[in-house]
Amino acid sequence: MPHITSDKTKPTYDVIVVGSGASGGQTAYTLTMEGAKVLMLEAGRNYDPVTETAMFQINSQAPLRGVATPDKQREFYDASPNSGWTIPGEPYTNATKDPQRQFRWWRSRQLGGRSNHWGRIALRNGPYDFKPYSRDGLGFDWPISYDDVAPYYDKVEMLIGVFGTNDGMENSPDSSPGVLLPAPKFRAGELLARHHGKKVGIPVISCRRAVLSVKQDADRIPAKLHPGNAKAQRLLAESMRLRAACFWATDCHRGCSIRANYQSPTVHLPPALASGNLDIVTHAMAREVTVNDQGKATGVVYIDKITKQEHRVSARAVVLAASSQETVRLLLNSKSNRFPQGLANSSGKVGKYITDSVASSFSGQFPVLESLPAHNEDGAVGGPHAYIPWWLYGDQKAGKLGFPRGYHVEFSFGRKMPGMAAVTGFDSLTGRAGYAYGKQFKDDARRFYGSTQGFTAQGAMVPNEDCYSELDPTVKDQWGIPVLRYHWKWSEHEIKQVAHQQKMIAALIEAMGGRYTRKTETDGAKVIRDGGSVIHEVGGAIMGADPRSSVTDKWSRTWDVKNLYVADGGVFANTASKNPTLTIMALAWRAADHLLDEMKKGNI
Amino acid sequence: MNPIEPPRLDRRTAIKWMMTAAASMAVMDHVSSGAAPAAISAKGYGMDPDLLKGYNPGDVWPLTFNSKQKRVTVALCDVMIPADEKSPKASDLGVPDFIDEWISSPYPGQAGDRKIVTEGLAWIDAESQKRFQRDFADIKPEQQTAICDAICNPAAAKPEHKAAVAFFKRFRDLTAGGYYTTPQGMRDIGYVGNVAMASFEGPTPEVLRHIGLA
Repeated sequence: MPHITSDKTKPTYDVIVVGSGASGGQTAYTLTMEGAKVLMLEAGRNYDPVTETAMFQINSQAPLRGVATPDKQREFYDASPNSGWTIPGEPYTNATKDPQRQFRWWRSRQLGGRSNHWGRIALRNGPYDFKPYSRDGLGFDWPISYDDVAPYYDKVEMLIGVFGTNDGMENSPDSSPGVLLPAPKFRAGELLARHHGKKVGIPVISCRRAVLSVKQDADRIPAKLHPGNAKAQRLLAESMRLRAACFWATDCHRGCSIRANYQSPTVHLPPALASGNLDIVTHAMAREVTVNDQGKATGVVYIDKITKQEHRVSARAVVLAASSQETVRLLLNSKSNRFPQGLANSSGKVGKYITDSVASSFSGQFPVLESLPAHNEDGAVGGPHAYIPWWLYGDQKAGKLGFPRGYHVEFSFGRKMPGMAAVTGFDSLTGRAGYAYGKQFKDDARRFYGSTQGFTAQGAMVPNEDCYSELDPTVKDQWGIPVLRYHWKWSEHEIKQVAHQQKMIAALIEAMGGRYTRKTETDGAKVIRDGGSVIHEVGGAIMGADPRSSVTDKWSRTWDVKNLYVADGGVFANTASKNPTLTIMALAWRAADHLLDEMKKGNI
Repeated sequence: MNPIEPPRLDRRTAIKWMMTAAASMAVMDHVSSGAAPAAISAKGYGMDPDLLKGYNPGDVWPLTFNSKQKRVTVALCDVMIPADEKSPKASDLGVPDFIDEWISSPYPGQAGDRKIVTEGLAWIDAESQKRFQRDFADIKPEQQTAICDAICNPAAAKPEHKAAVAFFKRFRDLTAGGYYTTPQGMRDIGYVGNVAMASFEGPTPEVLRHIGLA
């Protein structure tokens, strides 16, 4: 069986992949489809979305109406068992108590990791995003360009299934013809935003999300993705046929038992397992990458959380796909005589230049959405059908904005499944004094439910010297493994960007005829979210053209260890104003292709 | 992510309120017995709960209302959300048990509400005794309304009612949260989703007309 316990591992593998989420899943998929023997280590438990997802459960069936608690830190039904900002026995630390300088770290401890509960927003980085230094003199250029990654974006989109449209927007690239699935219609609030946004020059277009708006074409896509590989084509076609199209109900953050959205355990792992080339050990907490006298990686040491025993597994190559920060931790903990400051760290850059999305939120209440006739606007639940891509490239380039990098804006619609706060906060809208109760309150609830709409901007951060992680000199986790200590500081670039986010969202709310649900905020520092809180943290093992200033080369291979790759967000030299997951998968596929090529050539 | 933040009592208000409540309870012997909330020793559902089973209040941790607290909760819930031509009253949908579950929760997020609600319920009964010589559950609807009207408007309430006003809002919001998350409550405000559909057609023509985009 491919799901094995520690005592059943083979003497050696072609590749060990640490992590099973979007990057680990993509890596294992690419490698095993081409015949490589892979061992995947996952620190959490096995997790099966098909049998475990809370489809259709409503909040009154959950304890505390499903609100977040220290045990389920997003919502009760969120697909995140054993995961969260704080995990007992697995701490991390911040170097200072300064509330402006905190970093929060979400860890997922389950097969598939965060891919189970992400928002499925799948945006491409554009040409500018790979060369930001050349554009504004800040941060770093990647050693690759958009054209290097574009074919992999197409491939990942075809594999996982992404809906959206090609709009020809500046720096928000189109996909190749036939790649995207049809975009769903907009909801009422999204239509309003598109219509009235024009008045203030704000474009509203279809969002791209990894949700099957229709079934994938299992007759056509496998041959495009795996030309000349009949076995891979067959395995992928079989897996694709198991995936149903979205039935426009139940929140994607819960996962999907009909496999209509992308999550690693329902999309990447089934064909990889069916190939017979993948072994998975869960409850395996990686502690160290081992190296030999020649400086080559030889395998991984991990703690089996069930038996509490330490195990060593070996392979020709190791790929770290543990999430950017867990990868940093693993590298820094892999100390040896040859690598005294941690593995792949001759540059001293492991842990450096962590970035997260620059985020702030604001919401409006819209009289025109009051007392709407009851209608179902679930759609692809839990995420937008429409969004605002960054649009002021020209003004920014001309120096008119006063901050260097852009953001996109996501909507959260109003008529979603009611939770604890569905009808609260309306008192100030009624024009009456005090708190309504009785019949009046019921009438208010019917009138105002669904009339608010939230807007969250997420932008690009400029990497800086103040945002990094290192090993805490004293604190260890319950397995005795040193933990990360964070340093964080937003720069003026981010603070100013957030002020602009607030201003533009306010302009859109006004254009839509809405009222603010709080005072507008002009001081970005007051509304910017903590570092890490968007769960888009990347960097720490950045890709570059120079081994003295970066951790990996343009193939995501570490400069110092030729058979060690970083497949997760660690390699991001810069964030973009786009969510990182799609780019992580595209780069993971590209890195796996390179690794296969090196193995074929006998270089590894 | 809901665009409207759940209401929270800020810390300063909460502390003031608790001091006021403590002071008023000291002079009300008949209320203080059994009203001060005991610490919760129960455990939560853990980080890996079964998500597929349905949970009822009391399934994971024990409920803690005594019979007096339960009676006033039922009565006050139904003042907040009475039956009308479209939907039932709050107690018909199990909202009092939900509030009991909420204030009996072992998690820190509900600890503040436990104090606010248990002390507020005691205040309501004490006020009812003072004004009408009966418990809140036993007075006439117009008498219940008279008590609520005195504490439902922070701008108009007497200074000594400040704590009761904060309780009133929190209790109403808990009642509403409990009520509008049930199937009947969701239907009442027009949530008609959570059903599998072959296609997503967007807003109906009627909705498009309503928003001026037909």
